[in-house]
Amino acid sequence: MAVMTPSTIELPVTADDYRIARYAAAAIALTVAEAALPSPLPGIKPGLANIIVLVVLARYGWRDAAWVSLLRVVAGSLVIGQFLAPGFFLALAGALASLAVLALAQHLPPRFFGPVSASVLAAFAHIGGQIALARAWLVPHDGVFYLLPLFATAALVFGTINGLVAARLLAAPAGLKAGS
Amino acid sequence: MKDRVPDGLRELLAQAAGAGQAAWHTLLKPGDRALLLAAVMLVAASYPLLWRGGVADRAIVKRDGQLVTELALNASRKYEVTGAIGTTVIEVQPGRARVVSDPGPRQYCVQQGWLTRANAVAICAPNHVTLQLAGGSGRNGGYDTLNY
Repeated sequence: MAVMTPSTIELPVTADDYRIARYAAAAIALTVAEAALPSPLPGIKPGLANIIVLVVLARYGWRDAAWVSLLRVVAGSLVIGQFLAPGFFLALAGALASLAVLALAQHLPPRFFGPVSASVLAAFAHIGGQIALARAWLVPHDGVFYLLPLFATAALVFGTINGLVAARLLAAPAGLKAGS
Repeated sequence: MKDRVPDGLRELLAQAAGAGQAAWHTLLKPGDRALLLAAVMLVAASYPLLWRGGVADRAIVKRDGQLVTELALNASRKYEVTGAIGTTVIEVQPGRARVVSDPGPRQYCVQQGWLTRANAVAICAPNHVTLQLAGGSGRNGGYDTLNY
C-alpha cells in the first residue's frame, strides 16, 4: 500500500454498545455480589444476574440479551477469579443452554406468558446445560443425576423469584429508557 | 460510594424502589401459572424417579470372597457367618441390613450401621466377611461400591 494509514485504531461505539455495556455491568455486579453468598451445594445459586438478562430480552430482544449474558459470564468470572476454571465452563454451558431456550421462549404468545415463564424455562435450561457438561466432563458418572431433583427444585424456586422481579421491573410505570 | 454502582443497576434499583405496589400475583399471566404448575409437578415427580434407583433388594454375604448367602431384604431376620476369627452376626430388615456384631478389634463394619443403598458394602476384614447390598437397578452395575 502506498498510502500510510494512521496508527490509531478507532472502534466506532454505538448507542447499542453503551446500552449493552451498562446492562452487562449491572449483571456483573449482581454476579459478584452473589459470589459472596454461601451455597449449600456447588451450583445452587439464585442467579440474580438473570433478572437483567430477562429485562434486556423483553426490552431489546434476544441479541442484546445474549450479549449481556455472555459478557456477564466472561467478565464476571474474570472479576471473581474463576476465568477458565471449571466453574466458568459450567456457567458458560448454563448460559448458552438458557439463551437457546430463551430464543424459543420469546416466541410464546405474550398474552399468556410473561417473564416468569421465560425465567423458569431458562433456569431449567441452565441446570440442564450445567449438568450435561458436568456429566460429560467433570463427573463422568451417572451419580451426578442423583442431584438433579435438588438442582431442579432450586431452578424452579429461583427461576420463579427472578421472573417475578423481572416482571415487576418491566411493569414499572416509569420504564427504563435506553441511554437515559 | 453511590457512584460506584453501575448505571444500569442503579436505574434498576431506583425503578424497583419506585415500582409502586403492584401485587406480585398480578405479574403472573395464565400461561405462567400453568407452566409453574407443570414445573412443580415435574420437579416433584423427579424425586421418586431419580432416587429410586439406589434402593437395595437383597444382601449378599461373602466369606473370603466366596458367596455365603443372599438374603432378601423383605423380612426381618438375623444371620450368622463363621469367619476366620469368630462369628459375624448380620441383621436384615425390610430395605436395609447391618452387621450387628463382629469379632474384629476395631469394629469398623459394625459402626457403619445400617446399609440402605444398592452397592453399599460393610467389610469386616479381620473376619474375612463382607456384607453388600444389591439392587434391581442395573444402572450402576459396573461399580463395586458407591458412597454418598
